[in-house]
Parts: sequence; structure tokens; C-alpha cells
Amino acid sequence: MRDTVILTVLSFAFAGLIGVVVAGFRVSPVPPLRAFGAFYVTTVRNTPLTLHFLLFFFGLTKVGIQFSPFVSAIIVLAAYTGTFVAEAVRAGINSVARGQAEAARALGMTFVQILAVVILPQAVRTVVQPVGSIFSALIRNSSLATIIFVPNLGREVDEIVTRTATYTPVYLGAAVAYLLLTLPTGQVVGWLERRVAIKR
Amino acid sequence: MTAPILADALGPRGRRQSRIASVVAVLVIVAGLVVAYRRLSERGQLDGDLYSPFAQWAALKFLLVGLVNTMKVAAVAVFAAMALGTFLALARLARSRPPRILATLYVEFFRGIPLYLLIIYCGFGLPSSGVDITKFQALALGLTLYNAAVLGEVVRAGILSLDRGQSEAASALGMGYWQGMMLVVVPQAVRRMVPAIVSQLVTLLKDTSLGIVIGYEELLRRSQIAGEFFKNPLQTYVLAALIYIAVNYALSRFARRLEVRQRRRYNAGTISVLGAGEDLAVVGAQGAAATTAT
Repeated sequence: MRDTVILTVLSFAFAGLIGVVVAGFRVSPVPPLRAFGAFYVTTVRNTPLTLHFLLFFFGLTKVGIQFSPFVSAIIVLAAYTGTFVAEAVRAGINSVARGQAEAARALGMTFVQILAVVILPQAVRTVVQPVGSIFSALIRNSSLATIIFVPNLGREVDEIVTRTATYTPVYLGAAVAYLLLTLPTGQVVGWLERRVAIKR
Repeated sequence: MTAPILADALGPRGRRQSRIASVVAVLVIVAGLVVAYRRLSERGQLDGDLYSPFAQWAALKFLLVGLVNTMKVAAVAVFAAMALGTFLALARLARSRPPRILATLYVEFFRGIPLYLLIIYCGFGLPSSGVDITKFQALALGLTLYNAAVLGEVVRAGILSLDRGQSEAASALGMGYWQGMMLVVVPQAVRRMVPAIVSQLVTLLKDTSLGIVIGYEELLRRSQIAGEFFKNPLQTYVLAALIYIAVNYALSRFARRLEVRQRRRYNAGTISVLGAGEDLAVVGAQGAAATTAT
């Protein structure tokens, strides 16, 4: 369980970073960056996470890109989850009234300034809920790291099952363990959302 | 649906800056491609014989049969999940308490656990407990149980979005609760939710790749086999990725088109259920149907 938490938190941190940067790309006034952002999001989002794990871990070794299973898992989970964060953040950016960006521009701010100082802080409100869902999905998706032999809750379950040859009780236990992680996440997200919500 | 650029039109200075940034960005991207290309050729990954298997019909057919298997399991799962999901949605909206609680527990449970574990359990746990189940059925079952929870929420949001007048009119016509629901409310709700359902289909299609963990020969499992056989995992996985992208991109475009059409039709806008069609494992554990009218 601890492994799952570490895996999730670390990849989420990177995913958040990737997400914000890519979302920034996608709304930037620089066409190639927009195209790159769109390309990254459409390709990665439309392919299964399982495939990313296999491609990264077994495919890219052929070109000499090789990391430990743990690092690979973080990279794959972050790259994959990052696209979802990017889309959520982009939606958040679009939800901020146009006038805000116009006003900031009138004050002579640069693009990065506008985004970081004016738009993103306001976008947080709409982004909390979807990003919370993404986080919860990440907790569950991290179990797929088992495919490339990374220790995590899902893998422990497999091991216990192989050792004891009991299925139903072990899987039920695992389900409870995951619920213990995902359900409170939902609660925290709900609480956060109420905190940042503004009365309109 | 063009990307709004946080500003209206750029002035002369902004245009110049944007152009400089564009050139730099293109250079960086091209440099990246060149590095990737050199890496590929250095390691002999561009050799023709790594690609030639796919020029043969047999190898290509092997993968395409995998794609057909993927589609088959996805089709079965989506219909079964829709049926079960509709049932769950009705149970969650029921007037009496027990079905409401049971359905809520179901949804919270299946949305809170990894699909990976669920499918492994269906594939290995059930057979060892004496349930006779094929790999295909196991995968379809796992996908159905999970997607029913997601689609159930979608249908529920659709029902809630309908005007009360619809069910009132149904009862004014002398229809019972179930009659009114099945004949009047649900058909309209489902119709309204079609875009959300189609985009969830993309997620479902991706999730069929979990067949690999129980040995069902869908597209990904077959790519794995082919990659090991031809000793070209990199090329095979990339090809598989391209196939997934082609299918899913087409599907999401279709979903977007439907959404636009619906928005025009209902004027009021479409309802998006947060998270539906968003990921392998969707929506936060928060059970409340987070509906947002856009």
C-alpha cells in the first residue's frame, strides 16, 4: 500500500507539471507549440496505458532508453496522466472570462505572466474536481505498473494469490485497500472544491 | 473549437515575438526528431527486416484479428454495461431506500477499485472458484461490471436533466412508474447522453487492452506475441499504437460531432458527466452525479 501511495504521489506531481505546461502550450500564441501540445495529447490519450507500459519498458530498450522499473513506471504514469491534467487545465483556462486576459494584457503583462499570475489562479476553481477524479484514477491505474514488475498494492495481491492460492478473500481485501485510498480522496476533493468555490 | 489564444489579435511586437518563438520551437522539435532518428539508425532499429513482417498479409492479419477481438469484447461489454447501467440509474433514483443504497454501493465500489484487479479476478479468481468462464467472457464481465457503474451515472445524469414534466405527463396518461420510465424518460435521457456514452466507449476500447493480463488475444496481446516472435517489439507496439489512435480518434471525433449536433438541437446544451470518457478509471470516488450544463 505504501508503494502505491509513493508511486501515485510522485507520478501525480510530474503529471501536474506536464499538464500545466502542455495546457500552456495549447493556449499559447506560438503555433508550433500549440501543434505539439495537441499532438501529444491526442496520441497519448488515445492509446491504452497498458500499451505505454509495454512500449516504454520493452520497446524503447531497443534504442537504449532504459530505466529501472520504478522510474519507468513514474515516467509512464506521469506522461499518461499529464495529458488528462492538461485537458482539465485547458478547460479551466477557457472557463476564465476573456476580459481577464484582456485586462492583463492592457497592463502590459507577458503571456507567461498572464497565465501564471492572472488566469491559472482563477482556473483552479473549475479544475479541482476533474483533477481530483484524475488523481483517483491514477491511484487505480498505478496497479498496472505490475506489468513491468514494479512493487505496488496490485502486485502484492498477485503474489499473495500465487502463494496461498486463495482468490476471493484476497481480492476482496485488495478492493477494500484501494477503496480506503480512493474514497477519502473523493471526500478531500469535495472539501477542497467547497473551499475554493465562489458564490456566483 | 479552435484553441483560444489568451488574447485577441497580436500587435506588431507580439507578432514578432510569436514568430521568433515559433522558429525556436520548430528548431527544438526538429532537433529532437533528428536525435531520435540518429538513435534509431545507430541501434539498427530502422533496418528493413524489422518492418518487413508487416508487409506480409499473415502478420498483418494476425494483428487485425486482434483488433476484431478487441472490438468484439468492447461491443459486448458496452451493450451489457448500458443495460446494467440503466438499471442502476433507475435504482439510484427509486423512491424506496433499499435499491437506492444498493445501487450507490455498487457504483462506489466498482468505481473505487482498479479495473486491473477486477479483470484478473474474473480471469483467474472465478475459474479457480469453480466458475466455468472463458477468457472472452471474463474480460467482457470485468469491463461490464466497471462500465455499468460509469454509464449508470451517465444515464442518471441524463434522467435528472430531463424536465419533470415528462414523467408527470407519463403518469397523467395513466402510466405506472416503470412504464413511464422505460417508455418516456429513459429513451429521451439516453438519447441526450449519446455523446457521453460514445466518449466512454473510447475509454472502454482502451481498457480492453487489459485482456493482456489474462491472456485474451486482443490487439495488444497479439502485438506482444508478434513483437516477441519477430523480435521487433518497438515497431510492433508503435504499429499497435497507431491502430488504437486511428480507431479512438475517429470515435472521439464522432462523439464531438454528436455533441455539437445535440447542442444545436436542444439549445439548452449538453450535459457532461464529469469524468465519463476521461480515463481508464474514471470519475472521482465522489458519488454525486457531477453534472455541469455547458
